[in-house]
Amino acid sequence: MHNKKGRFGEYGGQYVSETLMKNLKELEEAYLRFKEAPDFQAQLNGLMQNYAGRPSLLYFAEKMTAELGGAKIYFKREDLNHTGSHKINNVLGQVLLAKKMGKTRVIAETGAGQHGVATATAAALMGLECEIFMGKEDTERQALNVFRMELLGAKVHTVTSGTMTLKDAVNETMREWVTRIDDTHYVLGSVMGPHPFPTIVRDFQKVIGKEIKEQLLKVEGRLPNAIIACIGGGSNAIGAFYEFIDDKEVRLIGCEAAGQGVETPKNAATITNGTVGIFHGMKSYFCQDEYGQIAPVHSISAGLDYPGIGPEHAHLSDIRRAEYVAVTDDEAVEAFEYLSRTEGIIPAIESAHAVAYLKKLAPTMAKNSIIVVNLSGRGDKDVAAVARFKGVKIDE
Amino acid sequence: MSRISKAFEGKKALIAFITGGDPDIETTEKLIIAMANSGVDIIEIGIPFSDPAAEGIVIQKASERALRGGCTVDKLFDALKRVREKTDIPLLFMSYINPIFVYGKERFMKNCKECGIDGIIVPDLPFEERDELLAECQQHSIEQIAMVAPTSLERVEMLVKDAKGFIYCVSSLGVTGVRSEIKTDIAEIIDRVKAVTDTPTAIGFGISTPQQAKEMANFAQGVIVGSAIVKIIEKHGRDCIEPVSRFIKEFSL
Repeated sequence: MHNKKGRFGEYGGQYVSETLMKNLKELEEAYLRFKEAPDFQAQLNGLMQNYAGRPSLLYFAEKMTAELGGAKIYFKREDLNHTGSHKINNVLGQVLLAKKMGKTRVIAETGAGQHGVATATAAALMGLECEIFMGKEDTERQALNVFRMELLGAKVHTVTSGTMTLKDAVNETMREWVTRIDDTHYVLGSVMGPHPFPTIVRDFQKVIGKEIKEQLLKVEGRLPNAIIACIGGGSNAIGAFYEFIDDKEVRLIGCEAAGQGVETPKNAATITNGTVGIFHGMKSYFCQDEYGQIAPVHSISAGLDYPGIGPEHAHLSDIRRAEYVAVTDDEAVEAFEYLSRTEGIIPAIESAHAVAYLKKLAPTMAKNSIIVVNLSGRGDKDVAAVARFKGVKIDE
Repeated sequence: MSRISKAFEGKKALIAFITGGDPDIETTEKLIIAMANSGVDIIEIGIPFSDPAAEGIVIQKASERALRGGCTVDKLFDALKRVREKTDIPLLFMSYINPIFVYGKERFMKNCKECGIDGIIVPDLPFEERDELLAECQQHSIEQIAMVAPTSLERVEMLVKDAKGFIYCVSSLGVTGVRSEIKTDIAEIIDRVKAVTDTPTAIGFGISTPQQAKEMANFAQGVIVGSAIVKIIEKHGRDCIEPVSRFIKEFSL
């Protein structure tokens, strides 16, 4: 039988080199010990409130609701967190845990730079050394975030192996971790990788869904009909979904990056196009060929430009508890502009994938129904990339 | 007694690693024969993978060259069938778990058996997940090589008590690749291994010179040389047969 640890159905597991196993076990033990410890919880809650700015707002988008002419639309404003995305939730938890474990150094991968910026921020706050690995292509399309991380005292390594994007940044961070493991914690940025990461990251992100439930019950007195979130690895989505998994009447919808289209090779739609495989420490769905070579994927969004998906999402898809849809670059850019114009909120291009699907779904639903969209990040970082996409020349 | 076990009988074993299909399949075929004739005792053939996360830059590049050259696991199987007709040297596959899993575990091991592969090393399949391949390996008598790392001290007994073939002892932390100096307490770990099992040990990761190999052979029954050979292939391309053979002849354990 399979190692049952850290499995979601058949997915998950611990597919890493022997060298890392001791550390993963230590991490799991430390996590189990601290997660229930009152002083750890008190410290983390303090950081969440006083540093990250939680709870984040649940905003009723009245204009969009009227314009789209269907369901009532709410946005969970993770974009208003310190550092501008949901990533800070996980990072404060993991860096605090690392510090309690006696680690003096943290390393992390980053795609769009949001997780890298969040990690560098938490490391600066808690006084840990920090090194970030970022694909060369992403350092170019998110140049400002590189400077931001450096400003926060982190060292940024440009990754030039493979496709030079997020998956290669993960490879390189794994290589670094296996080389220097005693004093270093790998702050994995999404609900992926080997056990216990998918569980730890989910637990630190599930505050999103908890708050959605409380806030919505307060203003509407009922649960939403649907929750929509974008999905790369899937941390903001699982954070928003988790509290509602047992509320079967709530539709949970994840939006993957279809890039230039799911029928083209230039996409990152893992559930739509992928097959089961074992990569980056976990069994899950991956974009890959018949020989198990991981496919070069594409999305306008560096944060969704990843060929896999967290194992819990793979399971939720198989048991049909969550739905996964694909949204193209064009649709995401259109939604990016629409939300900016209509509500005065510039979303991260990642989150714009969720907004794009919202625009399709809302008009088909009854006027008294409710949709919550998790606005996982703010879009300041994407303004230059969207301008480039539209062929507009601007001087940054 | 298996071909692998025989390779350790009464002597220290030199294990050579190359990436299959680097730079092309014909060169791999010729290299295996040439290395077998140059004094190598076991040959480990890496299945090229798009994302070799346990490798240093030298073997990463070899994987890229092989994939660019059109190498697939099917082509490797065909080549190894031809090779098996010419040599009886023990052959191992080194593969990340995904290419095996996606190909079909049962089909993969059946093909291994048919082309005379003796064992398999899967760097991202730790003890806790070994069941992923256990039944298929047993069914087709493919020896699944156990790995022991510098961080394994408290895990040694569990890792090696049922080990087959040999035990791959990772010399030091980090990824594969040439190291000028191997700093490690591998001796302590190997002592612990020897207390649990008679299965021979071999040390790999970072061993690049005949001198280092000889030193490491004081601790273990075998030594694995990889990146140093792959570097010669990188430099000479299809003309690597002669320089690789010459390099291997310099080793005496």
